[in-house]
Parts: sequence; C-alpha cells; structure tokens
Amino acid sequence: MAVDTQAPSRGFIGASYRTCPETGLKVCSQAEALIKVNAVVAVVFLAVGGLFGLMVALTRWPAVHLLPADWFYLLLTAHGADVLLFWIVFFEVAVLYFASAIILNCRLAAPKFAWLAFVLMVVGAVLANIAVLQGESSVMFTSYVPMQAAPHFYLGLIVFAVGTLIAVFCFFGTLVIAKEEGSYEGSVPLVTFGAITAAIIAVFTLASGAIILIPTFLWSVGYISHIDPLMYKIIWWGMGHSSQQINVSAQVAIWYAVAAMLLGAKPLSEKVSRMAFLMYILFLQLASAHHLLVEPGVSSEWKIFNTSYALYLAVLGSMIHGMSIPGAMEAAQRRNGFNNGMFEWLRKAPWSNPAFSGTVLSIVIFGFLGGITGVIMGTEQLNLIMHNTLYVPGHFHATVVGGTTLAFMAITYLLVPLIFRREIVFKKIAQWQPYVFGAGIAGISLFMMGAGTLGVARRHWDIGFADAAMSFDYPATAFLMMGLNGIAAICAALGGLMFVLVVVASVFFGKQRTAESIAAFPTLPKTGSAETVTSYGSESHVKLPGTIVLVSVFFVAFVLYYYVNWKYLSEVWPLS
Amino acid sequence: MAITPPQNRLWWKEPLSGVEITWIGVAFIWGLVMFGTMVSWHFVGKQNLSNETYRIDPNAFGEKVEAMTERYQVREEGDTGVPVVRPPPGSDIYMLSRLWEWWPVLELEKDQTYRLHLSSMDWQHGFSLQPQNINVQVHPGYDMVLTITPDKSGEYAVVCNEFCGIGHHTMVGKIHVVDKK
Repeated sequence: MAVDTQAPSRGFIGASYRTCPETGLKVCSQAEALIKVNAVVAVVFLAVGGLFGLMVALTRWPAVHLLPADWFYLLLTAHGADVLLFWIVFFEVAVLYFASAIILNCRLAAPKFAWLAFVLMVVGAVLANIAVLQGESSVMFTSYVPMQAAPHFYLGLIVFAVGTLIAVFCFFGTLVIAKEEGSYEGSVPLVTFGAITAAIIAVFTLASGAIILIPTFLWSVGYISHIDPLMYKIIWWGMGHSSQQINVSAQVAIWYAVAAMLLGAKPLSEKVSRMAFLMYILFLQLASAHHLLVEPGVSSEWKIFNTSYALYLAVLGSMIHGMSIPGAMEAAQRRNGFNNGMFEWLRKAPWSNPAFSGTVLSIVIFGFLGGITGVIMGTEQLNLIMHNTLYVPGHFHATVVGGTTLAFMAITYLLVPLIFRREIVFKKIAQWQPYVFGAGIAGISLFMMGAGTLGVARRHWDIGFADAAMSFDYPATAFLMMGLNGIAAICAALGGLMFVLVVVASVFFGKQRTAESIAAFPTLPKTGSAETVTSYGSESHVKLPGTIVLVSVFFVAFVLYYYVNWKYLSEVWPLS
Repeated sequence: MAITPPQNRLWWKEPLSGVEITWIGVAFIWGLVMFGTMVSWHFVGKQNLSNETYRIDPNAFGEKVEAMTERYQVREEGDTGVPVVRPPPGSDIYMLSRLWEWWPVLELEKDQTYRLHLSSMDWQHGFSLQPQNINVQVHPGYDMVLTITPDKSGEYAVVCNEFCGIGHHTMVGKIHVVDKK
C-alpha cells in the first residue's frame, strides 16, 4: 500500500502550506480541507443520530411512548449506525489527519485518495441510511443473521468501510512521508502514537467487517444460501467491538492532546503511556469474545481466556492511562504554580474552557461508569445477569458517548480556532455545553444500568407487554428508571444541540481569527509552555498526592462494585 | 508535551516513577484476582453455564418439543391456549423460541434439577428469565443445554431480549415453579 499511497502524492510535494500563527506549525492545506469536511460531516451525523436517539429514549419512557413500534425499531437501527459508526468514524478520520499531517508538520499523503475515501464514506453512509429509512432494514446495528436487511444496507456499510480503509492508509502514508522528509526529530509524539494505535486496530476491524459483511451481502441478494448465526456473531464482533478500541485509542490520544495543549502536561513516562497503547493493539481484539459469553457452542475455556487475560491486559492499559493523564495534569499544574494542598491544581484548572471540562468529564464518565461496568459485564458468569438487558446500552453510552463523543466535542473547541480559524461564538453556551451533555449522558448511563439490573430488556418497544399473549410486570422501580432515563436523554440532547449550535455558528458565522484576537485570546495558553518543565520521564520533582487519591477512589469503587455483582449472581437459580 | 516528539530521544531508557509502577502492579494483581474469581466460581459457585451444545436441525428440535408436550401436558394457559407441560424431575425438558413466542409453558418442581434445552426455529432470540434475570442467547441450529435447579417457587416470565422483528415486544413465555405436591 505504501507504493499506492505514495505514487500519486509526488505531484503534491509543492503542496501549499500556511504557517499556524499560534503553534508555528506548517499546516498542509489539503490536510486542513480534509479535516474540515470530515469533521463537518461527522457533526451532521451526530445531529441526525442524536435526534433519533432522543426519540428512542422518549419512546422507552413508558409515560411518553412517543413512536409506534415499527418506527421505534427503525430509528433505533438508524441511531446506532449514525452515531456509533458514522459520527465517530468521520471524526476519527479527521483526528488521524490531524495527528499525522498537522502534528508531524508535513503534507498529507495522496490527497486525491483521501478525497476518494471521503466520497466513498459519504456515499456508503447515505446508502445505509436510505436502506434503514426505507423500512426494510430495521435489523439493529448488530444485524444478526438470519434476520435479513435489504442488500443496500450491507452494501452501504461495505462502501463506507472501504472508504475508511483508504483514509487509514493515507494516514499511514503520511507517517512515511514525515519520516522520509524528516519533518520531526526522534520518535513520533505520543498523540500520534495513539492515533497509530487507532489506525492499526482500524485495519483489523475493517478486515473483520469485510470478512463477514461481504458474504452477508451476497446472502441478501441470494448468492449464498446460509450463514451460520454463531459464526456471523463471532466475526461481526471482531468488527463491532474492535471498532470501540479505535474509539478508545483515539479518545485517549485526545485526552493527552488536550492536557498538553491547555496545561502543558506531558506524560509522566513516555514508556509507560506507549506500552499502554500497545496493550490495546495486542489484547483488545480478543476481548471481543465478551459479547459471546452466554452463547451456545463456545466453551468456558475459550471465554475465560479471551475475556480475562486478553481483556485484563487491555484494561490494564486503560487503567494506566487513567492514572497517567490526571497525573500529567497534576504535575503540569503544580509546575504552573498551583501547588497548595491536595487539590488546588484541580480546583484552579481551566474549568470554564469547554475543551478542558469536556476532557475531564470524558475521563471520569469513561472510567467510572464505562470502564468498571465493562469489565464486570465481560466476566463470564456475571454476563448471565446482564446480557441483552438495558445494562449493556447503559455501559456503552458511558464509554462511547460519555467517553468518546465528549472527548471529540472537547477537541472540537480547539479545532475550530486552530483549523477553521474562527472565533468560538456563544462563548457562554460553549462553556456550559460539556456539563449539560455530560450530566445527561451520565444520567442515561446510570438509569439504563439501573433498569438493566432489574432485568429490563434492551431494544424493546413495550416493557408493559400490552400486546403480549402472556403478561409480565417489571418492578415499578424499572418504570421509574425508564422515566428518569427519558429526562436524562432530554438533558443530553440539549447538550448535543448546544454543541451543534456553537460549532455550526462558529464555523460559518464566527469571526475570522486575527493576529490581535490570537494575541488577546490564545487558543493554547502560554502558561503550560515546555520551558516550565525541566526533565523528562520521572515526576520525581513533583509529588502527585491528588492523583493518588483519585485513582484510589476509582480502585475501591471498582473492587466493591465487582463483588456486589457476584452477590447478585449468587442469588439466582443454580445452573450448570 | 504529548503533541511534540519526546525531548529525550532515549525515552525508553527513562526510569519509571514510583507512583506509576505501583499503580501498574496494583492493576495487574487486580487482573489476576478477577481471573482467579472467574475460574474458582466454576468450582465453588453454583451459577455457571454448561458447555453442552449440539447442532440440531430446527425441525428435529421442534419434534422433540412436540413429543415432550404431548406426553406431559397438564393444561392450557394464556389468551392463545399455550400448553402447560409438567415433565418429571430430572428429565430433559425443552422450550423452543419462534416469531413470536416461547413454547410451551413449563411447570417445574422446586429444588429439582432439569436439563433445559433451548433452541430457535427461525431467528435468534434472547431467553431472559424474569424476575430472576438469567439471560442467555438462543440460536437456530444450536441446542443449548442448561442444567437448572429452580430454588424458589413462583411464576416466572421468559421475555425475549434479542430483537427479533416487529413482534419482538410481544414475545413472552412462562415457567411455573411449584412446591412438590
């Protein structure tokens, strides 16, 4: 592929650049344009998919019950595809171009291919949406066979995946160019390293997707007679879960990036942080097996191996980042002079900057709500009391929305002035946006997990079972949880709307950044400049008592909640 | 900074900080503990899934369910007259799933052990026993055997929790657990 991506790029050696007045970096105009279009399309899918999500949540609020059943299942399918896949992947492509061409100070490889990738992704995403909205493809995002969608649903996903794969190779090509042209010294920055992790996992993910979706497409048009449902599921999750590892890698890279850009934070140890990224590549794909813990036909040994050692070593990676990012922030803040007591560094952090508050909320929601519950659900026996209940979407709304989406929103507040070169408008709204969105998402996540603990099924139109031949009543608390979930969803939707409003208004109507406005309101504050930091690698100059307290709280919560769930399990019917 | 190349080109030779190495150790040992908990539950815990699964043609599975139902039916239940079956304790019992029902209704004795076979006639379904909250996946073509010992009497619902089309939310079955007469 290196040859493919390099050959057409030669014509662009004279590619045009501008020099960023804030960072002094050369900004390749092709990379800049591609970051813009990918980010804009991403936000469009976020807005559309988020609206669908609100309608889904309002339908699941028993007192509101907004949509009829067919529309509920249709929009739930569209919601999954639009936000989990299209919003996130379009934005990730923008992140990849940023982490390669911009951060490495070089030109983007094969921009024509990158534009082709963009076009294919748009065509694929639109095609899949058309298929779903036509009503013949309400198969949910997972599209488990033998349930069948219209052929163009699978085709849309395949075209989208091909486009993404091309974009990923443009990213790899850019790395090669940067290395060859010597646009940076030594090793790539940690943020780029994180992006490389995401891109490597993306190749695995897209390959798994191709392996299962191409035969499924052929089955949907009648060329293949049978697809084994268990095999489908194993390979589908090679894509479905691995793609979440792309998100995690990209979002952790953004955590490091924002901490560096706003506070001047640098990793406590390059070695440890890079090892932690490497663990994602090595282990998290196997951990996809945790989706198959209550399936027939897979053995306990297989489940335990894949979801314990594979999963726990990847979890170890996340736990390392979870300590090393707040640690880096604390070290930087203490060097910036906020050195009193345990938590002055945290109290006096730039909480009114949405890029910072969004990042911190992303770390907290991802770690406490998403991370802990993910490990618990991924435990062989505990999965029995959670599989396919609302606990599952409760968990992944904490990881993918509270974690990934909020991190992407946070860095958007830096991309708008740096890449789009526009002032953020509606500064007050922007300032509150991460809190409103974060509170809504934390609520959604907690209330869905609460309902799931009480047994409420996911992807279910009517938990009152009004049309069923036999009756069953979930406990009244479950109905309360679904109502609270609806309220939290309104709050999250409001936060999403605030984000879209601020971003769209800034990009299209914001004032152009000028030398004066940059001097007056620098996007990257000078406080955290590199010279305040003396030596690398060890935080021996700075103690980190605050971070130690924070990770200790996290750890105690983790252990307690883990064993609470074993207690729940021990109370159900014995089975073997 | 994390957005610039490491200042120290030999970053892999830098010493680890005490805080980080301690945290890595704690996290690693916690992983071992979780691994040990999961494995030991197979020996000391009472809730483990069996690994017993057979490939089976949906029609062949349907015949087994029919045979059991004919032999042990005790009454009918519900708006649609679903048979209620009371097979002897210790026997192989069957429940099939199809669009959109769990069939038949089972009546079991408390504290007795049964070999419950689950399979689907068409698409995938989710066996969600409520209010116990035991959830397993049901596939067409696979006969999954769970050895169950209901230890509380009462009326239990089987809700489908794998999306299976427009009637998914109407798919409810029943299991009765009764005290020994």
